[in-house]
Amino acid sequence: MALFARAARAPLEYSRTLWMRLWVGAVMVFLYAPLAVLMIFSFNDSKRNVVWRGFTTKYYEKALSNDQLVEALVNSLAIAALATLASLVIGTLAAIMLWRFRFPLKGIVDGTVSLPIIVPEICLGVAFLMFFAAVDWPTDLIWPFNLGAITIAHITFCFPFVTMVVRSRLASFNREQEEAAKDLGASEWQVFRDVLIPHIKPALVAGALLAFTLSLDDFVITYFTSGPDTITFPVKVYSMVRFSVTPEVNAASTLLIILTVVLTFIALKLQGVKAIADTH
Amino acid sequence: MTNAPKPIIQIRNVSKRFGKVTAVDDVNLDILTGEFFVLLGPSGCGKTTLLRMIAGFELPTEGQILIDGQDMAGIAPNKRPVNMVFQSYAVFPHMSVADNVGYGLKIAGVKGGEAKDRVAEALELVKLGGYEARMPDQMSGGQRQRVALARSLVMRPKVLLLDEPLSALDAKLRAQMQFELSDLQDQVGITFVTVTHDQDEALSMASRIAVINKGDVAQLATPSDLYEYPANRFVADFVGSVNIFEGKLTLDEPDRAAVDCPGLGKVYLNHGVTGPHGADVWVALRPEKIYLHVPGEGKAVRAAALDAPEDHNFARGCIKGMSYLGDITLYEILLDSGAMLRVSRPNLSRHDQEDFTWDDRVSMHWRADSPVVLLG
Repeated sequence: MALFARAARAPLEYSRTLWMRLWVGAVMVFLYAPLAVLMIFSFNDSKRNVVWRGFTTKYYEKALSNDQLVEALVNSLAIAALATLASLVIGTLAAIMLWRFRFPLKGIVDGTVSLPIIVPEICLGVAFLMFFAAVDWPTDLIWPFNLGAITIAHITFCFPFVTMVVRSRLASFNREQEEAAKDLGASEWQVFRDVLIPHIKPALVAGALLAFTLSLDDFVITYFTSGPDTITFPVKVYSMVRFSVTPEVNAASTLLIILTVVLTFIALKLQGVKAIADTH
Repeated sequence: MTNAPKPIIQIRNVSKRFGKVTAVDDVNLDILTGEFFVLLGPSGCGKTTLLRMIAGFELPTEGQILIDGQDMAGIAPNKRPVNMVFQSYAVFPHMSVADNVGYGLKIAGVKGGEAKDRVAEALELVKLGGYEARMPDQMSGGQRQRVALARSLVMRPKVLLLDEPLSALDAKLRAQMQFELSDLQDQVGITFVTVTHDQDEALSMASRIAVINKGDVAQLATPSDLYEYPANRFVADFVGSVNIFEGKLTLDEPDRAAVDCPGLGKVYLNHGVTGPHGADVWVALRPEKIYLHVPGEGKAVRAAALDAPEDHNFARGCIKGMSYLGDITLYEILLDSGAMLRVSRPNLSRHDQEDFTWDDRVSMHWRADSPVVLLG
């Protein structure tokens, strides 16, 4: 069998050794086995969801007709979309500022901009809870304005990721291109639109993907900032699991996974995988 | 009105300092309409800074730059009647060739048929007709440079600035582009200002060359004047290969001069040098202007070709180094005085390189109009 054959191999062909293949296989199992189990058991015809009792799609129907769950999902998607958009703008501008300009206290700004990535989420969560209480943030607004607090919190921890990705892309920008555009008559704005944005576009797509998925599955910070009427998908799933892990939760999670995969796929198609890989 | 070409670029007492470093030091230059002007100098001499000040990417600390009579102070790069070809070419990677070349026209508001015609014309000019739809990453370095050239030429600038245009090309392509750039300049009639550190490039393309050293103009001359009549030791040494010897001026009359060099012996010139008598001077002698021959055989050559008194313009030595370069052979010769002299000799026949070999005793002489006396 080819897999176990001891054919002569080139010095750097590590992937042809048996142990390396077993190792890679084990890593893949660790990564994807839980997800596979989750998806398979979403079709399990059993309430307790421990033993396989036959195939059914009724829990998908149940999940989709669970108004609270659907509302939570819509909330999550709305928050994620808003937070992504705002993070892209703020994060990109911050990256350009740090890359392009020299100003007093730049070192401190540079250091603090990535602070929300480093600070433990629980601390951020508590901080937001206290902040929104202190400013007496209204909790009785109509949809979608009642999502304001959560969205603001999400922007805070999402935009530094955009800044990081965009900055690393900016580092490879050839300043002569900017000068060439100006030399041909372009204004600062035209340089930005015609030369700089096209250069950082892969980083914008990658940053948007990061921000969207971070926002979509954030639990800790959201838990602390959500009001009584503003529940998001992860928080809702958590409350459902506290009673029992039903296939309904599995079904809802599976839908979310598919949604994220499809979105990622579209983004990669739009941009080209290679360009995004090049940003890192 | 005189017929003399008027200056298109006037650089008046321009200095540029970056902190404590003076990159350009009180430079005065007139660049004439329609000429192929080259700024030549070693890296870090300030030539690129000078070019960038003309383009508007750097502002002079002191002094004034006029383009076509208009003071450029306070005029941004995008408003200046000059265009630049960058060292990295800076072709926009996300635009097709046509979009790259048409970018300046788009900004200027030139639309439709006229824009298309001008793009096609510019591409034709740089021999890239039919490449409109190509993306830059599908092109070679040389082709990308042509795109950058077309992108600038399409704007019909008064002056085209080129920053080290040939430095990234391989030797063959570079030689070809030297000719093409000269042809192109003839065709479009635009003033070209090029920065380079490569003397071959400068000599072959320029109508006039300014040699820049430490932020200042060391000499401004045509290529042949620069090579044959260098004004100082820096220029003599930087442009081409040269032997330089220190000496004392012993004779200086309108039609002849003599320098006594401890290293080279007595040097005779058939013209005056107008230096103070007894002054310390330097004699520069190009390797290709020295005749090499077997001792004793030179007498006949001397009588026929030379115009110097006995015991002048003559040296003896021993070959210590040889390098055969195909078209010429270079010899390193240890003179009897202990100094080293570099001599080059064209290989006129297929066997010329066999005439001399290591440790051969040789005699050398040179014509009275070959050495250059340098006062600084």
